Amino acid sequence: MNSEQHTGVLKFIIHELKPKGKILTPFNVISGITILAAIVILVIRFTNGLGSVIHASQDAPWGLWINFNVITGVAFAGGAYVVTFMVYILGLEKYRPIVRATVLYALLAYMFYAGALLLDLGRPWKVINPIIGNSFGISSVLFLVAWHFILYMGSLFIEFYPTVTEWIGLKRQRKFFVSLTLGVVIFGIALSTLHQSGLGALFLMAKPKIHPLWYSEFIPILFFISSIFAGLSLVIILETIDQRVFKKSMSFVHKDSHKNIVLSLAKTCAVAIFVYFSMIVLVFLHGKNYAYLNSPWGYWYLVEIIGFVLIPGVLFMYGYRHLNLLLVRIAAVMAILGIILNRLNISTFAFNWYGNTIHFPTWMEIVVSLAVIFSQILVFRWIVRRMPVYTESPTWVKYEKQIKPIKMKTKKRREQWKVLAE
Amino acid sequence: MGIDRRNFLKVLGIAGVTLSAGKSFGTTKEKKSDVEFDGILYDSTLCVGCMSCEYACAEQYGLPDPTGEPAPGVVRKTNDTNRIVVNCYNTSKGEQFIRGACNHCNDPACASACLTKAMLKTDEGPVIWREDKCMGCRSCMISCPFDMPKFEYNSPNPKIQKCRMCYELIQEGGMPACVEICGEGALTFGKRRDLIEIARTRIYEEPEKYNHHIYGEHEVGGTGVLYLASVPFKELGFRNDLGTTSYPNFNKTFLYSVPAVLILWPAFLLGLNNSVDERKNKISKEKMN
Repeated sequence: MNSEQHTGVLKFIIHELKPKGKILTPFNVISGITILAAIVILVIRFTNGLGSVIHASQDAPWGLWINFNVITGVAFAGGAYVVTFMVYILGLEKYRPIVRATVLYALLAYMFYAGALLLDLGRPWKVINPIIGNSFGISSVLFLVAWHFILYMGSLFIEFYPTVTEWIGLKRQRKFFVSLTLGVVIFGIALSTLHQSGLGALFLMAKPKIHPLWYSEFIPILFFISSIFAGLSLVIILETIDQRVFKKSMSFVHKDSHKNIVLSLAKTCAVAIFVYFSMIVLVFLHGKNYAYLNSPWGYWYLVEIIGFVLIPGVLFMYGYRHLNLLLVRIAAVMAILGIILNRLNISTFAFNWYGNTIHFPTWMEIVVSLAVIFSQILVFRWIVRRMPVYTESPTWVKYEKQIKPIKMKTKKRREQWKVLAE
Repeated sequence: MGIDRRNFLKVLGIAGVTLSAGKSFGTTKEKKSDVEFDGILYDSTLCVGCMSCEYACAEQYGLPDPTGEPAPGVVRKTNDTNRIVVNCYNTSKGEQFIRGACNHCNDPACASACLTKAMLKTDEGPVIWREDKCMGCRSCMISCPFDMPKFEYNSPNPKIQKCRMCYELIQEGGMPACVEICGEGALTFGKRRDLIEIARTRIYEEPEKYNHHIYGEHEVGGTGVLYLASVPFKELGFRNDLGTTSYPNFNKTFLYSVPAVLILWPAFLLGLNNSVDERKNKISKEKMN
């Protein structure tokens, strides 16, 4: 690339940096205020220490930023490895239209939630220690999780980078990065399996502190299985929202495939939830914790397991059977709430349960947590409005395999495609 | 199914990466049960609750003077300014004092949870925290079965506070400040093995006086600090449900499965992908015909 092209690319990017769309929308105003407030709170946090802002204590060391943004948020980023698995490994082409959005969501999730981790670290300037090799704590689960975060972020970036090249117009780079896709997808799935379960394994040594109904040696496996439907439920909601927000710019393929994709995802979710539910029942029977069921903790446990695992599972199945999109979306929201409940129960509410003090986060913690999510959404929107995530790739991109329109092909449409193909 | 050069190289590459990466993730825990660790024996029956160990510790590490005093019904806890606490409990044998501080486990959960090796089980026995390594993630606090590492929440440059058995003094041939100052003989410093002998002898010589249990001999895989008391430890606020397995063991199954997953999973996925591709090609060929 010569210098002339370089300045061209630079000018292009500077031009694209300007906001597109209306600035004073309700969402922008709310997220803007939240982010500004979060910045003020973070200044206090870094000058006066964590205790001035968060409700973590000597008994419950981790606050909302780790327990919600990192441990819960990463489960929702699980959609990327499941969708890439279905498309690139199993060759289920019908999911291809959502690959880019899912991968982008996961990439940003990891970037922002790793950021939230930095906010919660007491001594974030030492964060480089486990990376540069002067002190590898290789027997530590967190060490493994940290490394997998970094490597997986790299994998997701490589998976998403072809979209960036299509936006800027870097033809040769696109070719190179597309050739890497299968490799990084496989690598990414292996990493995801391990760090999704690793997040659960962080609590294995907290055996005497977590309520027996939530603690078991199978936490890592439960975390992994639940990340499958947590991620897919989030993809369903994400797609539903994006269908509205990016309606105008969205390509025909995306609009057309939406219903079919959501219903197929619902089926996968239902299967994953039932596997998860039966695992939970097995673990419960295995643990012989019947006595705990008839206590406030037991009722709370049943609310989580029945209300937010079993019922969404049934709803997913019913919605899929009866092709009811609304039901599937309700199920997805409930499954998401169930995962939030589960992760917060293990890490916050049922942690140090015998202490009789339930830890609730402060409003400042919540503001920063929300600000992290809002900034992720803002960046997501910025990228989707510019790069071909939901729009057609530019014409110079030669698809080796044409994206096929999926399902609900009317005769007319079929004929249209025949003409196009000729 | 034939394998061409390209595929062969792909498989080779992935296997190579996973092999080399997998190696670094395995646990390398040496068996430390054969090593002679230093330890402290605390005999509750000799303790008079004078708190001089607390004062000595505060002076040694420049911490503020301890507040409050041991009284029945009041449970004092170690915190970021107080590494040792002496508490008083109403027990079946009257008021008894008990000391609480880091127990310096033989195979400590905190050190195993630490991703920077800031928490370190030294060869001499003390579990120490190293400021230059720690990034403040507080996993040690999540993992410690005794809730001993304490974090300075109200400092912009926070440290983890916990007993370090005066590691520097021990290296110079001395003994911990708290043991040094204790005038009642409630604290004894020595090799852990010898301390267990001493404790057993005391129980043997005065079987009526003691509860026949050395807390820390087997708990959580053995601890460097050992306790003797006249009553069951439950009455002194100790947990008796911690088990005798060392806590890093709970992680082992997971950590051992990591290299296996990193090697087998990619190979399986690649194979799956190949077979799917083959089937697809077959179907499209049939369609062409």
